[in-house]
Amino acid sequence: MTNSVLYEAPGPAAKRRSLLLSVAVGVVLAAVLAWVLYTLGANDQLTVDKWGPLIDPTDGTFAPLWTLMGVGLGNTLLTAVLAMAFSLLVGTLLAVSRIVAARWYRWAVVGVVELLRGVPVVIAVFFASRVLPSFGLDMSVMWYLVIGLTAYNSVIIAEIVRAGIQSLPRGQGEAAYAIGMRRSQVLRTVLLPQAFRAMLPALISQLVVIVKDTSLGFIISYVDVVRQGQIVIQNLNNPIQTYFVIGVLFVVLNYALSRAAVYTERRLSQGRKGGGTAARAAQAQAAE
Amino acid sequence: MHVITDNLPLYLSGLLRTLQICLYAGLIALVLGTVIAAFRVAPLPPLRATGTSWVTVFRNCPLTVVLFFMAFGLPELGLNGSYFWFGTIGLALYTSAFVCEAIRSGINAVPPGQAEAARAIGLGFGQVLSLVVLPQAIRTVVPPLGNVFIAMIKNSAIVGAFGVGGDLFAVGDTLTSARGEAVLPVLIGVVLGYLVITIPAGLLLGALERKVAIAR
Repeated sequence: MTNSVLYEAPGPAAKRRSLLLSVAVGVVLAAVLAWVLYTLGANDQLTVDKWGPLIDPTDGTFAPLWTLMGVGLGNTLLTAVLAMAFSLLVGTLLAVSRIVAARWYRWAVVGVVELLRGVPVVIAVFFASRVLPSFGLDMSVMWYLVIGLTAYNSVIIAEIVRAGIQSLPRGQGEAAYAIGMRRSQVLRTVLLPQAFRAMLPALISQLVVIVKDTSLGFIISYVDVVRQGQIVIQNLNNPIQTYFVIGVLFVVLNYALSRAAVYTERRLSQGRKGGGTAARAAQAQAAE
Repeated sequence: MHVITDNLPLYLSGLLRTLQICLYAGLIALVLGTVIAAFRVAPLPPLRATGTSWVTVFRNCPLTVVLFFMAFGLPELGLNGSYFWFGTIGLALYTSAFVCEAIRSGINAVPPGQAEAARAIGLGFGQVLSLVVLPQAIRTVVPPLGNVFIAMIKNSAIVGAFGVGGDLFAVGDTLTSARGEAVLPVLIGVVLGYLVITIPAGLLLGALERKVAIAR
């Protein structure tokens, strides 16, 4: 980034100027921050009874509050993991069936994928909790959330997997057919393992999306970390502080996940040439 | 299916409301995202740091939490507004991070020679970026930028779930909760509503891409 072609490597004069400007920008940023803190203070948002229970372990409310939040966080993570597992399973099945499907039902698979791609995830979750009970499927709220998230993410994963399989050298499949493997064997033992390896970074990135989307559980009153935060807010009347802390939790968790994706990608592209580009292609596919 | 035909005016008003949210949020996100992208490639370290933290925060924080913060946090500071604007601005802030990353990838894709040539004729950073690099970058990122905006259209349903009122999500909620209509036809209507926006948007982007794409 610093060796950008957009500007010259600074000479002595430019270094002085850039230092001055940096300081000026720094001062402006510090002023903005100070103003924010001042406004917060002026509105009694920096008081101990609003922050203490969230960040001070010696505060009497700290332990029960974090027990409550812990339950929510646990539910958030459980939902994310379940939704990821099911999305992987369904997504792989969709991708494979799109590849091997006979012509007469390939349009059905393509139709399902295209339709689900057009549905906002919040609608998928909301209607899962409405439609399924009307068909007599009564489950705990978590499963509606998992089903909604799976409906949305499985088609994205299907596209990632399909891109992964298509990015493999043709010779891989041809060689497998040549030694007499059947189509299901070629897919299962030759193509899919390699595709997953190349897709790993994109799949980890998708996990970030799923973790974020679990917070939609509030619409169907699922006891996730956001919902628990609302209970805290009702008792302590500190929305700014609580949402700030919840935001930090999500950012830290998801940032760690995206770093893991970058790290995996680097490892893979070291291991084999081309792996990295295939993964990048799929990551571009995943987009958001 | 008569649910959809009987409530066509309601669906249409929901469609309009959703379009309104998307239009405002999209414009704000485009401008903000471009500015943040310029920050991220700027020669000044504090600007780069600001850009990087902006993207890290808004890309990793759920839109839901951003919206909750807007709707229930800001009034505590005496900033009052309608849920419509809280929601639209929240959506714009969230989307701006993705716009920024799309544009930045485009900036990286512009051949170095372009910027070098611009510098060689004596243009400064601001001129190199705004006159030479950004115009080319934006043309190359039409497809990823389009994906960002289509994702934003779908995310606008979350804004609706916050009780902005009147958008497509709210229409679905009203029809099923308050009026007790059968959920499946209502769902089909709502989904059709989104497809009516996203499919033409996708076609438009395809056309735009063919028109402005640069052969590389």
